[in-house]
Amino acid sequence: MTKIAAEALIEKSLFILALFSCFVILIILCFIFFEGFPAIQEYGFFKFLFGTIWSPNDGQFGVFDMIIGSLYVTFIALIIAIPLSISCATFMAEVASNKVRNFLKPVVQTLSGIPSVVYGFFGLIILVPFVRSQFGGTGFSIFTAAIILSIMILPTIISVSYDSLRSVPQDYKEASLGLGATNWQTIRRVVFPSALPGIITAIILGMSRAVGETLAVIMVVGNVAKMPSSIFSPARTLTSNIALEMSYATGIHYNALFATAVVLFMLIMLLLVVANYVQRKYSIDIGGGTL
Amino acid sequence: MYKIIAKHLNTYFGDAHILKDINFKVAENTVTALIGPSGCGKSTFLRSINRMNDLIPTFKREGTLLLDEEDIYSPEMDVVNLRRKVGMVFQKPNPFPKSIFDNVSYGLKIHGIDDEGFIEQRVEESLKSAAIWDEVKDKLDQSAMSLSGGQQQRLCIARTIANNPEVILMDEPCSALDPISTLKIEDLIHKLKKDYTIIIVTHNMQQASRVSDYTSFFLNGEIIESDETERLFVSPKEQKTEEYITGRFG
Ligand SMILES: Nc1ncnc2c1ncn2[C@@H]1O[C@H](COP(=O)(O)OP(=O)(O)O)[C@@H](O)[C@H]1O
Ligand SMILES: [Mg+2]
Repeated sequence: MTKIAAEALIEKSLFILALFSCFVILIILCFIFFEGFPAIQEYGFFKFLFGTIWSPNDGQFGVFDMIIGSLYVTFIALIIAIPLSISCATFMAEVASNKVRNFLKPVVQTLSGIPSVVYGFFGLIILVPFVRSQFGGTGFSIFTAAIILSIMILPTIISVSYDSLRSVPQDYKEASLGLGATNWQTIRRVVFPSALPGIITAIILGMSRAVGETLAVIMVVGNVAKMPSSIFSPARTLTSNIALEMSYATGIHYNALFATAVVLFMLIMLLLVVANYVQRKYSIDIGGGTL
Repeated sequence: MYKIIAKHLNTYFGDAHILKDINFKVAENTVTALIGPSGCGKSTFLRSINRMNDLIPTFKREGTLLLDEEDIYSPEMDVVNLRRKVGMVFQKPNPFPKSIFDNVSYGLKIHGIDDEGFIEQRVEESLKSAAIWDEVKDKLDQSAMSLSGGQQQRLCIARTIANNPEVILMDEPCSALDPISTLKIEDLIHKLKKDYTIIIVTHNMQQASRVSDYTSFFLNGEIIESDETERLFVSPKEQKTEEYITGRFG
């Protein structure tokens, strides 16, 4: 076989494989929409989306409280995780000596390899009693789940921001230092803005993981399908709603769980669109395109 | 009085002995060219003057380097202030991915100047001194990345000038530029000479003879010969200098 024919064959196979993966995802999506549709049709789209009562036995399927639950948990988790992980990435990329850096990198990688059930278990055994004794209530709360989630998304945000910080050209740093800037001024005014698009990507990835995480959240969030009144009240998220009830749901209840997945899907899409918009805006502001 | 003096300067990267017993003097408001084959230590010498080599952990130095009679490497030396006084223009144009205005005002801002009116005036003056004002005056808020390579390099010179330095170090500032941009920078160097002391590294012998008053020839980390540019090119004292400038090696 000639070289050109071989190349063509490789390109074709890659294309077919790519097409195949897209196709599989598309089928799953179709299936979810198809199975969710009857519930939305029967119960009404707006009633489903904005209804605040979830009571399958009484035929009530409002997921609004769970949308709030998901957003609430994710938002608090990000508030905790963003400053921590970005400081950590900045330290690793710009301050730490090679020795410290080579120690920290595998530690962060290991952290991302721990399965969610282990995080959930840790939360259940250590964090829930702690929150109960410090802040009252049962200890199962949005706050507890947010802490666990923030720990889980740390490695993602750290490693992606780290790569982005490290890829800022040495030229920029030299220019800044050469003008008499201190290390910290250089980090804050040159390195950080140049790495910002990548850091936003890191946050988006962390956010997607937080919205989608199920098991660890179920173990500590309390799962009460009610509007949370404070950060220390229990809540139920969209993902945990599906996981908790799928084993026994039948009929329209079964469809309603798929419809929950549709809502989750749309929520994630919405968050991604917003995040992409922010990222585009920043890339243009610094004018360097994506660095 | 000499602006910069090096006395028995030796530098090392780890075990590698790079600069060997450098003795060197630069008078105020002159242009000095450093020539020599690549790898002979010209950049290392330049970066010793504004202590950019300090960024490299393995860097070591012996001997003295004086700026206005003051020891550049003394523990009392304020590196931030040193680098304000001794500006640097790099081989590859390296504007920040910020607006043209923000590039030039960067140095002022990091040195704590926040008077908007003063900054604006200074940005304009610096861009004028760097002979790029007319090309950018209508688009100061556009990204510096949208400029051509030659314009970017003049912007980098403006950025350095804005700091009101006394010495400007240029490390092959034209090697990434086309001939027309190169000429513009050379013209600029002529104009800047009356206000600044300039040391320029160049690979281009014609450039050295066009822009400089004095020339030092580096070879393998040593200064083989330093003289007035014309004399060095017309009647070099050393055999090696002659071989280099007549293109027999390097
Ligand atoms: N960061 C560094 N670490 C180790 N060696 C270096 C470093 N920078 C330069 N050198 C070495 O120092 C010598 C002089 O380099 P340089 O000053 O860049 O030469 P020139 O500018 O004259 O081409 C070269 O042999 C180079 O390999
Ligand atoms: Mg060099």
